[in-house]
Amino acid sequence: MAHAIEIAPDAHDAHAAHDGPDTGIRRWLFATNHKDIGTMYLTLSLIMFFVGGAMAMVIRAELFEPGMQLVDPAFYNQMMTMHALVMIFGAVMPAFVGLANWMIPLQIGAPDMALPRLNNFSFWLLPFAFTLLLSTLLVPGGAPAGGWTMYPPLALQFGDSFPMLIFSIHLMGISSILGAINVIVTILNLRAPGMTLLKMPLFCWTWLITAYLLIAVMPVLAGAVTMLLTDHFFHTSFFNAAGGGDPLMYEHIFWFFGHPEVYIMILPAFGIISEIIPTFSRKPLFGATSMIYATASIAFLSFIVWGHHMFVDGMPTSADLFFMLSTMLIAVPTGVKIFNWTATMWRGSLSFEPPMLFAIGFLFMFSIGGFSGLMLAMVPADFQYNQSYFVVAHFHYVLVPGAVFAIMGGVYYWLPKWTGNLYNMKLAKTHFWLSTIFVNVLFFPQHFLGLAGMPRRIPDYAVQFTDWNMVSSIGGFGFGLSQILFAIAIIQCVRGGKKATAEVWTGAAPHGLEWTIPSPAPYHSFQTAPEVR
Amino acid sequence: MNLNRLTVNHIRPTRTRGAVLRRALGLLAASLLAGSTGAQAFPAMNMPVGVTVLSHDIYRIHMEVLWVCVAIAVAVFGVMITALIRFRHSKGAVPDTTMTHSTAAEVIWTIIPVLILVALAIPAARTMIKIDDTTHAGLTIRVTGYQWKWHYTYLGDASGIRFFSTLSQNSNFASQLDSGIDPRTVPHYLLSVDHPLVIPSGVKVRLLITSADVIHAWWVPAFGVKRSAIPGFINELWVKVLPGHEGVYRGQCAALCGRGHGFMPIVVDVKTPADFAKWVAAQKAALKQASAAPVPAATAPNEAPVARARIAAPASPLARRPLTARISD
Repeated sequence: MAHAIEIAPDAHDAHAAHDGPDTGIRRWLFATNHKDIGTMYLTLSLIMFFVGGAMAMVIRAELFEPGMQLVDPAFYNQMMTMHALVMIFGAVMPAFVGLANWMIPLQIGAPDMALPRLNNFSFWLLPFAFTLLLSTLLVPGGAPAGGWTMYPPLALQFGDSFPMLIFSIHLMGISSILGAINVIVTILNLRAPGMTLLKMPLFCWTWLITAYLLIAVMPVLAGAVTMLLTDHFFHTSFFNAAGGGDPLMYEHIFWFFGHPEVYIMILPAFGIISEIIPTFSRKPLFGATSMIYATASIAFLSFIVWGHHMFVDGMPTSADLFFMLSTMLIAVPTGVKIFNWTATMWRGSLSFEPPMLFAIGFLFMFSIGGFSGLMLAMVPADFQYNQSYFVVAHFHYVLVPGAVFAIMGGVYYWLPKWTGNLYNMKLAKTHFWLSTIFVNVLFFPQHFLGLAGMPRRIPDYAVQFTDWNMVSSIGGFGFGLSQILFAIAIIQCVRGGKKATAEVWTGAAPHGLEWTIPSPAPYHSFQTAPEVR
Repeated sequence: MNLNRLTVNHIRPTRTRGAVLRRALGLLAASLLAGSTGAQAFPAMNMPVGVTVLSHDIYRIHMEVLWVCVAIAVAVFGVMITALIRFRHSKGAVPDTTMTHSTAAEVIWTIIPVLILVALAIPAARTMIKIDDTTHAGLTIRVTGYQWKWHYTYLGDASGIRFFSTLSQNSNFASQLDSGIDPRTVPHYLLSVDHPLVIPSGVKVRLLITSADVIHAWWVPAFGVKRSAIPGFINELWVKVLPGHEGVYRGQCAALCGRGHGFMPIVVDVKTPADFAKWVAAQKAALKQASAAPVPAATAPNEAPVARARIAAPASPLARRPLTARISD
């Protein structure tokens, strides 16, 4: 905390040259300012969202009708694999890190992130990682096509793309770990005087917990893919049954990373929702302390449920039952969160600005994803659901109208603070309604397809699945096109518009330090630490 | 409602782009209007009840948890919607800023879900134990996944019978890129094979599932269960088709296994025990005849490397032609 106070106003005058940003490319290349780095993360995320989305469009176009009309099955598999990798590591995770970079210092009253140069490094790893990953589309044999889970032995069958995939995952992993270290150090050391942990905004809390999850599991992924690499190139047999290895062990290791990873993609979303709902309900968050405990419980439980991804892979009955019970248990703290948000709205005074619309959409549709998650936890029924389109519907409900809607809500909530301009509210609301309608047309029928017996990850299907696939594809195209409105709203807002006040949401009840500084947030903020109560 | 018209369209083999789009839009509109009440006239929306002892149990658990979820959704969404209607700023709602927490409420909404979950977990655990009990089987068959076909080996009394089961020719041709063949005109498109697995009804059939190359998964929805086929592992599964449900049941590989993942169906022909015995006798007679003659190329043991070579194969119209044809080239 002492760091925040050290930068006295007179010392700052002596360094007037450092007041504003560098000009040109140097500003971005050598960026150490949390706002610039946050902006770069968010821009990368938006670009990757459209790249991954374009791949999804190829998938939905091929699935519009039975028969192969557009792409070879091998290319279909590449699109499906790359869509997942790009969306998870390129769109959702960098978006949360971008929001953390922008908002954590502003919310805790810190002048910047604690480790600015590390921050620069962790961002600049990513463009290289994604250039490497996307360039696999151009190498002989094409991009990785074994699914983002990279199960051996299948993953080992891909040629030149394989080492590139592994190296890009290493880069992403290092970036995530460094980013997480930065978040933890910043939150634990740079809080303004008086801001105790329990007074800290929920977004910072969920990110603190997420950062610990990242540090715990990204090395596990790195280990798993490194073992794949040595199996492929150095003739080890970690996962090769013929050499005494164990393909099932890969699944255990991967999902020990993979399940906490799921929560890495949703806990910061919970934090954003916990910021937005109180503001537009004009009422403090209900049960704020129990929200923190619920988040921590979910994070803990996320480490002991990985087996539910492997119910059909042949685990002992006792293991199946353990993972079933631990998975069902997650419904309890998640339920607490949903009930607390609902209680926050109860006897509030609700208005429906774009961030609130996205938050409400999140509440309903994330809950639908939660219900299908509970269904998937029931092992016997999972023998039918597993590897079917029901699973696809489930995780897209928690990730798209869940995580992605929360990110969009967060962007619409804080964008005027970043740019100093109000965006076109009507456009943003249109974006919300089109997205909400189409996302349901896109993903709800996939529940039916899965229950009726359509396996996931197939490029072509039996004719009885035609109708729902067509509906789903129409929803997919509609959802994809609707996102252009999002880009337009952001670009317009960056370029100009009605000026926002410091509070931005005057008339609602925004709460927190970020609303005490002017809009746009000055290049250097909280050089003198604010006093919290 | 225009559900009848939709059903007719479903059968009619027309295939102009306009018709396809009109049908899709019609279905979309009808689905929005009809909701789940149209389930009968619609393409399938729910899990099949199935024809085995286990599939009935699984279907029951599925419906139980589904209705529990629906009930919770009605309650929770009901409260949310009420809040959205009653406490609107535009209607002059005044926020009650003192309502910040209630220990009683939070204890209640922690304990009630726990009780619901316990109630759901008990029958699920019971069924789970039943599913994993593969003892006292009347027939054992080894199922081996290959890229991209299945191989079945009968053990015990029927030993000696073994064969590959590959996607049928007409599905294979129709599924080639821009084949010009409408899949709707192909009987059981992507769900038919040259040699189906044959099992008796009323008998507990144990399947030993493994793989010769990458991970596959054996899934027939009407039987209620699926299991991964993992190289180096043998997973067990049992199927007991209820008597009276003899017939042909279809499924697909359920684990991504490469380029041909969508093209390795599973077809099971369930016969009465008497018919099954006749089939076994016929197969054994044919085997005896064949053992006198040299082994035909089609069953040559070196098929796996050929299959692997097809990973990088160009998208020629014959890329997924049956292996027999390739070997004789």
